[in-house]
Formats: sequence, C-alpha cells, structure tokens
Amino acid sequence: MTTRHDDLTSAIQQHVWLTVETVLIALAVSLPLAIAVRWSRRATGGLLAVTTAIYAVPSLAMFGVLVPITGLRPATVVAGLVLYSLTIVVRNVLAGLEAVPPDVVEAARGMGMSRFRILVAVELPLAVPAIFAGLRVATVSTVALATIGYLIGEGGLGNLIHEGLTQYFKAEVLTASVLCVVLAVVLDAVLVGFKWLLTPWTRTKAATS
Amino acid sequence: MKSISGIFDWLTDAAHWHGTDGIVARSIEHIELSAVALVIAVLLGLPLALWLGHIKKGGFLAVNVSNVGRAVPTFAVLTLLALTSLGIGSFAVVLALVLFGIPPVLTNAYVGIREVNRDVVEAARGMGMTGFQQLRRVELPLAIPLVLNGIRLSAVQIVGTMTIAALVSGPGLGRIIQEGFATQNEPELEAGALLVVVLALLVEAAFAWLQRVVDPMRRARKSSQTPAPAAPAVLDAA
Repeated sequence: MTTRHDDLTSAIQQHVWLTVETVLIALAVSLPLAIAVRWSRRATGGLLAVTTAIYAVPSLAMFGVLVPITGLRPATVVAGLVLYSLTIVVRNVLAGLEAVPPDVVEAARGMGMSRFRILVAVELPLAVPAIFAGLRVATVSTVALATIGYLIGEGGLGNLIHEGLTQYFKAEVLTASVLCVVLAVVLDAVLVGFKWLLTPWTRTKAATS
Repeated sequence: MKSISGIFDWLTDAAHWHGTDGIVARSIEHIELSAVALVIAVLLGLPLALWLGHIKKGGFLAVNVSNVGRAVPTFAVLTLLALTSLGIGSFAVVLALVLFGIPPVLTNAYVGIREVNRDVVEAARGMGMTGFQQLRRVELPLAIPLVLNGIRLSAVQIVGTMTIAALVSGPGLGRIIQEGFATQNEPELEAGALLVVVLALLVEAAFAWLQRVVDPMRRARKSSQTPAPAAPAVLDAA
C-alpha cells in the first residue's frame, strides 16, 4: 500500500531529479556553444535567434514533437526542458564572458597564459555570477515547466496535479502547486549558496570597501 | 518518414479543418483569446511599469514579479481555475493568460525606463518639461526596445499558456495536441504540435519585426555600433 506521503516523496524526488539533470545538461551544452560563437558576431546572433525561437515553442507542442522521436520516458521531458533552458543559459554565459574587463585579460596574457588558460582560469571564473544568474532563472522556470511532463507520465509534482484534476481533488492540486513553488525557491537558494562558495573574491571585496 | 506523411494526411483532410473543433475554429479562438489577454496585460502592466520606472520606486516589486511568475506553473494555475466554480470557460482562461502576461511587460518596461541615461532626463527637465512630458517624449522613446521586448515575451508566454489550457479542457489549438495524446493518435498529435509551433514562431517573428521597425533610436544606435539586446536582458535575480 502506498500512502500520500510516499506519493509526495517520490513526486518531489522525480521533480528535483528532472530539474537538476536539465540544468546540468543545459550548462554542459551552453558553455561550449557560447565559447564557440563568442568571437563571431554573426554566429552569436544566429545562436541567440535559434534558441529564442525554441523558447517561443509552447511546451505542450514541444513534447508533442519530441515524443515520436524519443518516446515516453523521462529523457523526453529532460530534452524538452533543456531546449527551453538553452536560451537563458547561453545568453548569460555570453553576457558574463563579455563583461570580463579587457585589462584583466590583457594582464593574464602578459603573464604568459595561453588562450585556454585565460578562458579557464580568468574569464570563466569572472563570468560565474552572470552564469549563475542564468542558472537560477533556468532552474526556477524548469521546476514550473516540468509539471507538463505528466503527459508522458513523468512530470514529478505535475503527475499529482493531473491526478487531482481527474479526481476533482482540489487539495491535492493545491498541495502539489505550492510544493512546486517551494521547490523553486529552495533550489534557487541552493544555487545562491553555490555561487557564494565559488566566488570568494566577491565577498572580500564587500568586506574591504 | 511515415510520420511526416501521416501529419500531411491529417492536415489535408478537410474534415479536420471545419466545425467547432476544426483547425480553423481552434486557431481563431486561440488567437482571439490570446490577443484579448495580451491587450489587457499591456494595459495593466505598462502604465504601472512606466510610472514606477519614472519615479524610480518599486523596483523590487517590478523585477520580482517576473521571478514569481516564472516559478508558478501555468498548468497548476489553470488546473486550480478549472476546479473552481468558474470552470474553464473563456473568462478563466483569459484571467490566467493575463496573470502570466503581465510580469514580462512590467519588468522589461520598468528596467527600460530606469536605465535611461539620467543626464538626458536632467536635460529634459532643464528644458522645462513636466514629468509626463519627460516620460512621454524622452524616457519612453529611449526605452522602446525593452518595452517591446517585454510585450514580445508576454505574447509568447500567452500563446504558450493558451496551449496549456487545453490540458484542462480549455479552448484553443492545444486541444488538437491533447486529443492526440489522449487517443494515442500520433498524426493528430504531431499535426497539432506543428500548428502550434508555426503560430508561436509567427508571433515571435512578428514581434521581432515590430521591435526593429518601431524603435525610434534604431538608426542612431546602428551608427554607434551598439547592438540592441534581442531578448530577455540578463535579469540578475540577485
């Protein structure tokens, strides 16, 4: 026998898992994409245009298009959610890299750093705040969007919302909805914590000024 | 390529185009309700954003309303509305669409106005312009790219949310996808998805075009070589 408690726990677990997977994959795809196009204005414009167009596709249609390709499994939900996150994360990675002061890059070059070293040791760390701003937006919207995954039977809390709808069980819908928002806030806070850990220099700056 | 010919067959069957649940009727109700919701969202969100941006107050509200809007699942709100005594008629759908349409308009227009160079506004005041004149003749024209960006994001959001309404038996093109899912009818599902994608991309393209044409500062900006941000300006939630 499964209790409500079990239902909720497994729904939350799936929801968290969908979101974490989505954001990690989105980051893993966005970083190389953004780094590859950053030197060409045209390529950057093209990438942004494509990801923005994907973002405009309603989620219901997105899953409708993906199901015949990837089938009824969690991977389909993750694929759709990653596609939505791309526009946000790519944009912020680009903005973060662009905002690195040229003097700093110049200094790194003067120290004899290779281009790759400059990217990894100087530019990316300095872009961390902007990248995290993007990850936060992507995480929060992924938590909300993942509910539609119920269509494939893999929507975490969305499954419960749908169940509540079919059984006319308002409390279940409300509980699952509120949990979605709480989950978004919690994951957002976790990201803020990670950013704090990854950018010690922003803390010392605040202390000295 | 069986599925593509399946979509084609489904779309070319005249029976699927006519009647109250045909493609034509579904498209019209989709566009109609979306347009009504967009107009209401802009009428409610824009004046508030312009005013808050002008007096430089309420930034916390204006920026965070978007974050909250993002965190709330549209599906959850539509489901809750469907379970109230309102049911899921046109009124409830438009209400949900407006709720999700306001945040992008509000945040972008607010940021646009606030980011206008202070010196320019000072100069306008020095010329003896009243607060309203400053807003209407200086701040708004300079903020147009972001204002329109907000309206575009809102339109995209509304068209997408309108699709989700089908999941709770609401009107619109999403119904075709939903029926396809419910009856495991793949051609119908894919044809419906295709129709919605086309509509969404048309809306996106129309607003992108509008953004380019309406911007009064376009030529000036082009000559100074600063690219206007195409879409969601980086909104650092921190």
